[in-house]
Amino acid sequence: MSCSLLSLVQGDDRNYELSDYEGARARWCPGCGDHSVLAATQRLLTEEQLKPESTVFVSGIGCSSRFPHYMKTYGFHGLHGRALPVGSGIKLHRPELDVFVVMGDGDCVSIGAGHWVHAIRYNMDMVALLLDNEIYGLTKMQTSPTTPAGYSTNTQPKGTYLPAMNPLEATLGITNASFVAQTVEWLVPHLYATLKAAYHHKGFSFVRILQRCPHYTEDLFLKYVQDPSLVEMLEHEDGISVPELDGRLEHRLPHDPRDLDGARHLAQANDKVRIGLFYRDESNPRYEETRSLPAYTAQEKIALLDEELDRYAV
Amino acid sequence: MVTKSKTRKKAKPAAEVPAEEPRTLRTSQSTVEVVSDSGEGAQTCGQIFGSVSAKMGNGVWTVEIIPAEIQPPPRIPAGASGNRIRIGSKPVTNWGDRTNLMVAFNEQVLLARHELDALEHDATVFVESMWKEHEDPEIQTAWKSAMKELSSANYRIIEVPMEEECLKVVEDPSRGKNMFALGLLCWIYDLDMELVRAQIAHKFRRKAKEIYERNVELLDLGSAWARENLDFRIEVPRHPSDAPMVVMNGNQAVALGAIAAGMELAAMYPITPATSVSHHLGEIFEKFGGVLHQAEDEIAAAGVAIGASYAGKVAFTITSGPGLALKTEFLGLAVMTEMPLVVVDVQRGGPSTGLPTKVEQSDLLAAIFGQPGDTPHVVIAPATIEECFHSMVTARRIAEAFRTVVIVLTDANLATGVQPFPRPQMDPSWQGTLPDMTPVPEGTPPYDWDPRTGLSDRVAPGRQGGMHTVTGLAHDSWSRVAYASAIHQQASDMRSRKIAVLQQTLEPPVVNGEESGDLLLVGWGSSKGAIEEAVERARAENRSVSSLHLTFLSPLPPGLKRIFRRFRKVMTVESNYSDHPQAPFITPENRRRGQLCWLLRAHTLVDVDCWTRVIGEPLRPGAIHDVIRAQTPEVQEPE
Repeated sequence: MSCSLLSLVQGDDRNYELSDYEGARARWCPGCGDHSVLAATQRLLTEEQLKPESTVFVSGIGCSSRFPHYMKTYGFHGLHGRALPVGSGIKLHRPELDVFVVMGDGDCVSIGAGHWVHAIRYNMDMVALLLDNEIYGLTKMQTSPTTPAGYSTNTQPKGTYLPAMNPLEATLGITNASFVAQTVEWLVPHLYATLKAAYHHKGFSFVRILQRCPHYTEDLFLKYVQDPSLVEMLEHEDGISVPELDGRLEHRLPHDPRDLDGARHLAQANDKVRIGLFYRDESNPRYEETRSLPAYTAQEKIALLDEELDRYAV
Repeated sequence: MVTKSKTRKKAKPAAEVPAEEPRTLRTSQSTVEVVSDSGEGAQTCGQIFGSVSAKMGNGVWTVEIIPAEIQPPPRIPAGASGNRIRIGSKPVTNWGDRTNLMVAFNEQVLLARHELDALEHDATVFVESMWKEHEDPEIQTAWKSAMKELSSANYRIIEVPMEEECLKVVEDPSRGKNMFALGLLCWIYDLDMELVRAQIAHKFRRKAKEIYERNVELLDLGSAWARENLDFRIEVPRHPSDAPMVVMNGNQAVALGAIAAGMELAAMYPITPATSVSHHLGEIFEKFGGVLHQAEDEIAAAGVAIGASYAGKVAFTITSGPGLALKTEFLGLAVMTEMPLVVVDVQRGGPSTGLPTKVEQSDLLAAIFGQPGDTPHVVIAPATIEECFHSMVTARRIAEAFRTVVIVLTDANLATGVQPFPRPQMDPSWQGTLPDMTPVPEGTPPYDWDPRTGLSDRVAPGRQGGMHTVTGLAHDSWSRVAYASAIHQQASDMRSRKIAVLQQTLEPPVVNGEESGDLLLVGWGSSKGAIEEAVERARAENRSVSSLHLTFLSPLPPGLKRIFRRFRKVMTVESNYSDHPQAPFITPENRRRGQLCWLLRAHTLVDVDCWTRVIGEPLRPGAIHDVIRAQTPEVQEPE
């Protein structure tokens, strides 16, 4: 079922401009962090010259899950919390497609948490973006698992009761995690460099993107936007390097992305936002490769099945 | 009847048995049960007996007797585990009424079967004798009280020193009694030992050769014991078929049918009684390039199958009632996005966890109407093991051609029932074709609905110029999110129209028996054989009764109202719940009816009645026969 033959026949000399990846006009609120992620993603696809027909964006339900509609690739806008199973089915059956899964925080770490845990284990070669604004936006300001404790919402007006879940810690705790990074949408060069590293990683690239919701949680990330000293960037020669930020982000933490214990330690919440590549290991098995099989023609399969029936012959 | 002996006869030590020629009792059908504690291998014994009988030319229907727990405590009635094998001179279409001959590994499992009214009043029962004088006085007492209770029946009970005999060959007879029992049955029914040994060899193909040899020794031992001690044999005349036949259970047939249908990805989560489909696939699917994906849950299994279908060939998921409930939201999404998907629901007793290992037909309305919103799709129900195979090809074809969900409803009776049927003549066209990968002509929307039929071609990823985002939100033909009322109405029309187009291709169902009369029984799914056998018995008594069996439940086939009008009374027979019309508080107005009955009343406006049971076992033809007798006028019994 490979498309490579098709490309040969048609020639591969097409050149894609940014506009070749632009779908419907994005209808997120002005100032929403989703715009920034969309722009960076379209730039990545242009830079990588990904064939629009061989690229699939899969999403769940929520503000950020409108993402595929705004791309001009194939897209699957499915159910709340269930983007990862759909993405896994696509990749398992058609490994040659480039698959990106876009989820919100409610999608990924609440209603779809089970799929998130297992997608990390499957470690299929796809990019999973967690667009985390720490609130339910589309349904109008309910508490999310990542909403900070004490933050007032429509469902918990006296303040969110539980301590916020830390998706990085959780991801790093799961067997077969192979790429875990965090970035923020307001530092566009870092966002772009992270997406690029995620795309080039062979395996399940989990990227948490902190993003502002101007409508409901404008204040949540304000201090980090205004005071770059509250943002710490992980640095290593094998990490994500962002020369554009030299001089803009002072705080650097040396961290080897092969160091899992170090990554878990750094992922623990404190009053700073840490961005960069926490962990990467390309040696982990990838499920779609483990399960890869040769293809057979209809005639071959029918002949084989006829042999199989001999076992049941009377 | 297997034995003409009306007197109870205790087992005698071998030496006392007269060495005269045994009588051979000829009968057109005989039902055998092998029952043990779980783990003692009665199922293996029963399976081999059934399969060799089929190979030799008997009609066969086998059902499993399964405890709900993996390892229930020994010697308790609820732990009864084994097989019931009905063999006949003609094809056997159902499990029949009661058992004629039983081998019980202890008196408690025998008691359990007795209490379930599983045995004919004059059944022959072989029971392991070691418990009678067991060193544990409690076991002795249990034996005595069981025998006392059993004495009310007219069984011929023959005590067999299975343990003692097996000890001649093995140190731990608990692992070998089943082969001894098989040997006993082989002698009584005169099975071809060559075929039996071949089955044993297949069963232990992954084990050391000594294990096979040990089992054959035990087999021969059982056979020799029978030869020395029994005064009867049973002959069910055989008619070996010239046409090639295969023998398998419904879950094996579903697995092989899915491969024949060209499907290459099955996603599932373990659930009884559907799981064994995945065991069969797990063994062979990769040889065909197929991937069996065990997902993290039922929901993910549906999602993975939908993702795979979206990207390429039609995929399927396998489940049972509780899993169907979990997949509901995804089924709605598949209908909304017009994504082909095949769902196999091997029904079990419900609601909730219900009776996991027992048969019921209670998912019909959930399968058709369970998804919130308007979700037109297809529901079909195979009635035989053979149909389990072919329905997978039909389901894949419909799912693909009509871009919709097809639910295949089988049940625990079909799943574990074993029956011979004509060997499918494989056809490469069953495999379907790869999705079209040619560029999409400019100006072609992804839902290029034919305004008359609602049909459109699928645009899968990889096709140049076809980029679009499918969505579970209301959408127009370009798959753009659309909230305009006219667009939702139009898209809903298109999704529904396809099902009407499918319905127009269906033939009216064929009535079994006369085209008109006093009573028409209507059934669906695995009860077909039992219903038709009951109808045949009643027609032999000159009763005016016919039956109709439905394979398509959604859409229903054409012509039902016309057929129903030719009968004085129409009544469904189903393994699901309905209120008894004479029960307290029940009136014609508040009575809850069988699921097909609801459907047919709404569909035809005919006052369809129902007779249903939820007893956790397949319907017995005798019970249905009683219903027919109660519903049809008295007639002169034929001489």
